[in-house]
Amino acid sequence: MTTRTRNTLRAKAARRLVVLVATRKGAWLYHGDARRKSWRSDGPHLLGHMVNHLVLDQRDGRTLLMAAKTGHLGPTIFRSTDLGRSWKEAVRPPAFNKAPDGQPGRAVDHTFWLTPGHASEPGSWYAGTSPQGLFRSDDGGVTWDPFSPINDDPKYRKWMGTVQDGTPDGPKLHSIIVDPRDPAHLYFAMSGGGVHESVDRGQSWTPIVAGLEVVEGLDAANIAFHDPHCIRLCPGNPDRLYQQNHCGIYRLDRPSNEWVRIGRRMPRRIGDVGFPIVVHPRDPEKVWVFPMDGGSVWPRTSPGGVPAVYVTRNGGKTWRPAAAGLPQGQAWWTVKRQAMTSDANDPVGLYFGTTSGELWISGDEGQQWDCIAAHLPEIYAVEVAAPA
Amino acid sequence: MNVLIPTPLRSYTGQRVVEASGSTLGAVLADLDRKFPGIRFRMINEQDRMRPHVRFFVNGKQVFDPSQPLSPTDEVVIVQALSGG
Repeated sequence: MTTRTRNTLRAKAARRLVVLVATRKGAWLYHGDARRKSWRSDGPHLLGHMVNHLVLDQRDGRTLLMAAKTGHLGPTIFRSTDLGRSWKEAVRPPAFNKAPDGQPGRAVDHTFWLTPGHASEPGSWYAGTSPQGLFRSDDGGVTWDPFSPINDDPKYRKWMGTVQDGTPDGPKLHSIIVDPRDPAHLYFAMSGGGVHESVDRGQSWTPIVAGLEVVEGLDAANIAFHDPHCIRLCPGNPDRLYQQNHCGIYRLDRPSNEWVRIGRRMPRRIGDVGFPIVVHPRDPEKVWVFPMDGGSVWPRTSPGGVPAVYVTRNGGKTWRPAAAGLPQGQAWWTVKRQAMTSDANDPVGLYFGTTSGELWISGDEGQQWDCIAAHLPEIYAVEVAAPA
Repeated sequence: MNVLIPTPLRSYTGQRVVEASGSTLGAVLADLDRKFPGIRFRMINEQDRMRPHVRFFVNGKQVFDPSQPLSPTDEVVIVQALSGG
């Protein structure tokens, strides 16, 4: 790491934080003090909307985008520039191109993932949808257009599969990552449909699936059978990515194109199946996961009803539990792929939301956990940000 | 003509019944979108198909085709379909 990079990544001075909680029935904001000791609840926002992601643009510290739909109406994006005091709907939400006459075409069911663009491109955002589609806005989320050729590319359409090939809530395009060193260098992942990289601003894409395993009986050479659950790029080393996959935990050190399964070192009784993965904001050796029961019928609960975060401090060579404060048993919830995150303070704060509607935080990198909210609807996503 | 708006869409209109014009159901929905931007996309997807849980009735009869001709005295009712979850 260069001196410049190291300086850039210095721990942020303690600032007031806001935790952004997206749920099946609306959104909540939790305003914290700089010490992360007290939290003020603000919500619900857009009660009744299924909110898949709620993200604050850290480039301006004020633009808040919400990916939402209701059970009966089509999808949209809500915007706020005053931390949720008022919301305004996007003028043109993400939507696929109109199909030629006689062809069925695709329709966005919901926007699943939101990623602010590169620091050098203020106002730019990317969105991933279900069914899988990639979209971009260049005006802070007011208008959206299909981005790159993949949405209508026959090869990619084949890899995206059909509704039958996706997750129970529909196939998803997620983990849109912008290389902090280069706005033309992008990654995204599809459940199902593999991990993909572009070095030309999305004009062309290459799958990166070597080393990844697939469900027994399927052919790993078929990109459609790969199911990455969550990809994260390390701010402390942008050449390193970590992945929580349907079939294990992996690390990729570029320029290599081959993922290495680091989840084999997890305790055998816990396994290395799960949805979220969180990287340390400065130390590329530190990673947190939230294992899930992937046995038999995939109950999507914590193994044995005992929820636990696991951490590696050496890039996946060893793992240990970080569960003090969490229930010791009979807790049959889990954490979805966008529902676990970190802040950039020192020590790092960790946050996760559960499928049973609890919001947990740790102010000491996972050594001790506290529940700061309960009885919320099912939590789909948790992000933390420092507002302007 | 009068258009009855279901409760999930009244955040757009602020009213239970609004005025809209057009010679077809599709034209009426386009007129509604001009007056209340964004409302059409919540009911009709980008392939111009009606969304699964939204129903349209003209003079009490369900309509499935946006090109259905309308007259100025027709009454349009938009209904959120009853569906659980």
